[in-house]
Amino acid sequence: MQNEVYSLCFMCSVRCPIKVSVENGQVKWIEGNPHVPGIEGSLCPRGAAGISLLNDTERLQSPMIRTGPRGSGKWKKANWDEALDMVAGRLNEIIEKHGGHSVAFGERTNLSTHVSKTFMKAIHSPNHFTHDALCKGSVNTACRSLFGLTDAQMGMDYKNARQIILYGRNVFEAIEVKGVNAISDAMESGARLTYIDPRVSVTATKAHRYWMIRPGTDLALNYALIHVILNEHLYDTEYVNRWVLGLRELREFVRPYTPQWAEQETGIPAEEIVKLAREVSKDKPSVIFHMGYRGASHVNEIYLRRSILILNALMGSIEAKGGYFFKKGPGEVGGKPARKLIDQDLPKVDAPRFDKVGTADFPLPDPSHGVGQMLPFAILNEDPYPVKALIANRFDPLMSIPDANLTKQALEKLDLIVTIDINFSDIAWYSDVILPESIYLERTDCIQQANGLKPQMFLRRQAIPPRYDTRPAAVIIKQIAERLGIGGYFPFETMEDLVRWQLEGTGFTIEDFDAKGFVAYTNKQILWDRKDGIQFKTPSKKIELVSSLLEDAGFESFPAYEPVPSDSNGRFRLTIGRCALHTHVSTQNNPYLSEIVPENVLWINSRRAAELGINNGALVEVSSSRGSGRIKAYVTDFIHPETVFMLHGFGHEAQSATRSFNKGVSDSALLENVSDKIGGSPALHDTFVTVKPV
Amino acid sequence: MSRYYLFQDAKKCIGCHSCEVACKANKNLPVGPKLCQIITVGPKLIGNLPKSGYTFMPCFHCENPWCVAACPTGAMQKREKDGIVFVDESICVGCKTCMSACPWGAPQWNAETGKVVKCDYCKDRVDAGLKPACVTLCTTHCLHFGKPEAVPQIRRERYARAMTSLD
Repeated sequence: MQNEVYSLCFMCSVRCPIKVSVENGQVKWIEGNPHVPGIEGSLCPRGAAGISLLNDTERLQSPMIRTGPRGSGKWKKANWDEALDMVAGRLNEIIEKHGGHSVAFGERTNLSTHVSKTFMKAIHSPNHFTHDALCKGSVNTACRSLFGLTDAQMGMDYKNARQIILYGRNVFEAIEVKGVNAISDAMESGARLTYIDPRVSVTATKAHRYWMIRPGTDLALNYALIHVILNEHLYDTEYVNRWVLGLRELREFVRPYTPQWAEQETGIPAEEIVKLAREVSKDKPSVIFHMGYRGASHVNEIYLRRSILILNALMGSIEAKGGYFFKKGPGEVGGKPARKLIDQDLPKVDAPRFDKVGTADFPLPDPSHGVGQMLPFAILNEDPYPVKALIANRFDPLMSIPDANLTKQALEKLDLIVTIDINFSDIAWYSDVILPESIYLERTDCIQQANGLKPQMFLRRQAIPPRYDTRPAAVIIKQIAERLGIGGYFPFETMEDLVRWQLEGTGFTIEDFDAKGFVAYTNKQILWDRKDGIQFKTPSKKIELVSSLLEDAGFESFPAYEPVPSDSNGRFRLTIGRCALHTHVSTQNNPYLSEIVPENVLWINSRRAAELGINNGALVEVSSSRGSGRIKAYVTDFIHPETVFMLHGFGHEAQSATRSFNKGVSDSALLENVSDKIGGSPALHDTFVTVKPV
Repeated sequence: MSRYYLFQDAKKCIGCHSCEVACKANKNLPVGPKLCQIITVGPKLIGNLPKSGYTFMPCFHCENPWCVAACPTGAMQKREKDGIVFVDESICVGCKTCMSACPWGAPQWNAETGKVVKCDYCKDRVDAGLKPACVTLCTTHCLHFGKPEAVPQIRRERYARAMTSLD
């Protein structure tokens, strides 16, 4: 018996389309979906390691109930009824005593997020949050402040770009296969790549221009670029006159931020800054100043992200060939999107969110994602009210929220911690009940509404039955809901039922996905008319440089630049990032991926290392105000002297994940939990550390 | 030499190691042996730009393979019809002579089986009309496989584009 199943990868959150070959109930091979342009068979190494995940005997295999103290690793295997009854029973008690809002549900955004959001509304809790804020909350807010639309509603036409400028957006290591190929194709046709990062990543080695910027000063660089562009009239006059509000105020604001001033701050020669502005403007509007995938570095992150987006606005590259475009939904061609459970008539929830998003305290972050890093504070301070239970679905607060010790103290206060996961994550290790999820090859998932230049729908299809006693998260949530008496909101038994329900009224059936794994609403690319058709969703229907969103909430559109001093105590700014082999905190225990990158190391500048007596490969102790750890030094000229760098996602504490346990250091153990209080991202690059030989 | 040509367009390669993982997944290999491998050299400043090399190292399928000559049992063989050099694991006794003989380090040790394992250009896939696993999954399509005369003239075309002015 041999068959092929079109599906979607889930080794990271990009969801590349895949083709899975199954023989006698075993997955024999996974490749990129050959029918999808930009994929055509390709998969990144994480996608290639899907079979390694499937075969991994260390992944979660059955429900488990804790029998020793939290984190002791003492468990008993349970059957599903026992585990679900226990979770529902405890939730019921907590809800009765403290109200539905005392329950929080955190997850990595996924195709079934509408199921968990429905669950939370049904129990009268506003406290659903995703990992998004931790990654890019401020990018989202920055986009809304300028365009009235979120970053998720925007895409980039890399393939036709002539200039691509990346601020630490490490496109060739934090891989998105289609994007990599589109950029690669653009470069092959002559596009110029500029890469700005205090560290030489793989992307730096592929760029036409590389600037080792002083860490934390990208904003100064951008203000100088804007200064030159306005001074020399290098912007797209027609576009700016038609669509941009606040140019006068911007011009006034950037007047003092000359290239010479920026040189002092950034270390980039003034004439180089002028040269970039002139060179890029020749290619407008086919220019992409990349807004970033992760935008969570500094407490003023929103202004950095706004400055990047403003550069695009000046180039006229918003809704342009070779620039940015707004993603078009099926409505553009008279089609209907798949239904979501959250569209049902659900109870109205009045309580404020645990993170206070949407209140005067934290008005601007996107409430549909919330601000996850506020969870420890909410629990510890019982502010705005006590939170008593956490359900963590494929999201690990211990490794993803800065200051793991603080998070641990907060978790200690909870009456119930439930984890839905595929691996022994640190949060699973620390939970009361573990509900194991079937991996992406073993389950069908909800419809992916893939908006873009051509609106499409993709579907993740089950390729083989679950190997162990696991279930899809959406089914698990439904089964908890049934036990809480709210099962009526979940009109399905299987994932296939749910997909059929979603597709009702769209004109498509689940069988339509058999041939290629996706369906398209149209074959034509949709770009709005640049003269009159761009549908900005700001109150003015224009690009608001002076932002009503910000100003109405009491924030400035153009606050004065605050200089970034070098640390006078000889400390380093800690920076973190990605490699091609790992996804966030979730793949470090994969046999094939850990074979190639088994641990993180600490990049440190050669001169600084010599001063400290640190040799390449030596063990060092890295310490912050929050914690410390031991890690191997990677001594190199290719990192700025003011910063040290480590890969995110290492230093796991779950002992049952033997390949990742205690390998390297977790940045969450070192980072301070500080945030951009306007945009919503944590400031992951605003913690200073000392490094010393061991 | 084999009748095939495996070409890495190094300019496009991003050193992501997808080829290595794809190879292991296809052959269901344990941790340890790497039948192909990306070796990163650098970074190094060339002019004022940092550059790295990401070099793809499979088996070269030599015309006169020393591993075959060295193998005492006849497990290491060169396939008559197309010159693919492969090891028949059922005959391999794990003596590692081929590993010593190969100047490029292509034969690898599989600790699980106690035998040698080596790149065979995925000959079962090739026989089925497919490309080797590494080439199929390569993130950037920088790996190319086929008859030498059919492999695209990427470098020549790129150079021509760079030096031809239409002004």
